[in-house]
Amino acid sequence: MIEKILIANRGEIASRVIRTCKRMGIKSVAVYSEADSDAPFVSEADESYLLGGPRVQESYLNTDKILEIAKSAGCDAVHPGYGFLSENAGFARKCKEEGLIFIGPSPEVIQSMGSKVEARKTMEAAGLPLVPGISRPLKDVEEAANIALEIGYPIMLKASSGGGGIGMQAVHNEEELRKAYEGNQKRAQMFFGDGAMFLEKLIQEPRHIEIQVLADEQGNAVYLWERDCSIQRRHQKVVEEAPSPFLDQATRSRMGEAAVGAVRAIGYSNAGTIEFLVDSEKNFYFLEMNTRLQVEHPVTEEITGLDLVEQQIRIASGDKLRFSQSDITLDGHAIEVRIYAEDPVTFYPSPGKITGLKLPSGTGVRHELAIGETSTVTHFYDPMIAKLVVKGENREQAITKLEKALGDYQVDGIKTNIPMLQKVVAHEAFKKAETTTNFVEKHYKQSTISS
Amino acid sequence: MSEVKASMAGSVWKIIVAEGDSVTNGQDIIILESMKMEIPIAAEEDGTVKEIKVAEGDFVNEGDVLAFIE
Repeated sequence: MIEKILIANRGEIASRVIRTCKRMGIKSVAVYSEADSDAPFVSEADESYLLGGPRVQESYLNTDKILEIAKSAGCDAVHPGYGFLSENAGFARKCKEEGLIFIGPSPEVIQSMGSKVEARKTMEAAGLPLVPGISRPLKDVEEAANIALEIGYPIMLKASSGGGGIGMQAVHNEEELRKAYEGNQKRAQMFFGDGAMFLEKLIQEPRHIEIQVLADEQGNAVYLWERDCSIQRRHQKVVEEAPSPFLDQATRSRMGEAAVGAVRAIGYSNAGTIEFLVDSEKNFYFLEMNTRLQVEHPVTEEITGLDLVEQQIRIASGDKLRFSQSDITLDGHAIEVRIYAEDPVTFYPSPGKITGLKLPSGTGVRHELAIGETSTVTHFYDPMIAKLVVKGENREQAITKLEKALGDYQVDGIKTNIPMLQKVVAHEAFKKAETTTNFVEKHYKQSTISS
Repeated sequence: MSEVKASMAGSVWKIIVAEGDSVTNGQDIIILESMKMEIPIAAEEDGTVKEIKVAEGDFVNEGDVLAFIE
């Protein structure tokens, strides 16, 4: 069994991993940047070490320093959290070379899921349904126009290395395609150093539903149902829930079986998530695979009673899964909202100093916090300062709890998206589970203008 | 002459144009970075970049003037 873990991350996920380490009697080591020296996770760990300056290259992406600390502190494993080095195949490989266990899948698998085009190819071979499109980079705009004509408009133009919606644009005819191609390619080249473009048919008003999987190193794999993450702003999730109010049992099983089949086919181990787009007819299409723990993993924990970080550590230690598919339960309904330090209307970041913090409490209310009562939220990192998770016997009860909890949630000194979350959760369309990925554009912006 | 202003607090990640360049309405001229989010700032009219008030790496506040276009 792993005995001492370095957490190569910060904020709420570092605190989250430390909590499970403590419960399992595993020693935890935090690493932090100069900007985070007062952050809660630094004092929660058994030991903590300064990495360097606030810039991520000097700190949370500074692989040499991180590995040096892991070895000198006597760690036997590294937990990468999400973001930063979590999907960096080179880092996973280096850990291995240094004799450290990387808590995640193999470097080969991480690499194969890292490029969108490569992932499409791999998952197509593994038997997952794909959005109609191509699984190789486009040569030029002429080829794009020809293929788009074959598939039929509307089309989603995408950068292979893209993320966060950058290099991605929906186009409805050839003129729009030609206009969009060069700009998105340039932007992808600038942001990701790779201008490779491909295209897919645009699925209209889809839902974003993902399957959580666990696979051990002996080849056993299970799925832990789904999470519905359709409510997004700027292509980033804001509200996540489990189970999905849209899926019936038959579709849930079909998606779960497909995900587990793909996981086996690619030799995946540890916790992972296969994201799907689901259309109004409940057809599902592979979107991408996240080869790490997800931000929204708590909703799955709430309905299954499993601790996903514990499962990750056990699998990485070489343990076999102690349960099979028929042992996995689904109890109640859980919803997570992400609290961001940002303007609730423009969604632009709002760094600053927190002067007061009041958190809601009660049964079925769970907090994952990156901040304390007087933390400074810097502009160096992600704007997510906390996650609020509620659980009820059913969706209706969970929503009632969430509305109450959001009403009692108070962060002073900085702008947060809490007013936006309140409007989303109180919206009739949310209550009726009419949650598609355009929810925010369709309902929130309108209500903001009219109110 | 029009001012190009920062739409959020953050640092100047990239400056894409140089003083004297001609730009068109909607063309990205500067990219700001804050909290892992890159926001391209575009020119709001056709014209010439008269002056760039910031350098890459500078920290700017919401509303600060980044450049002048005329």
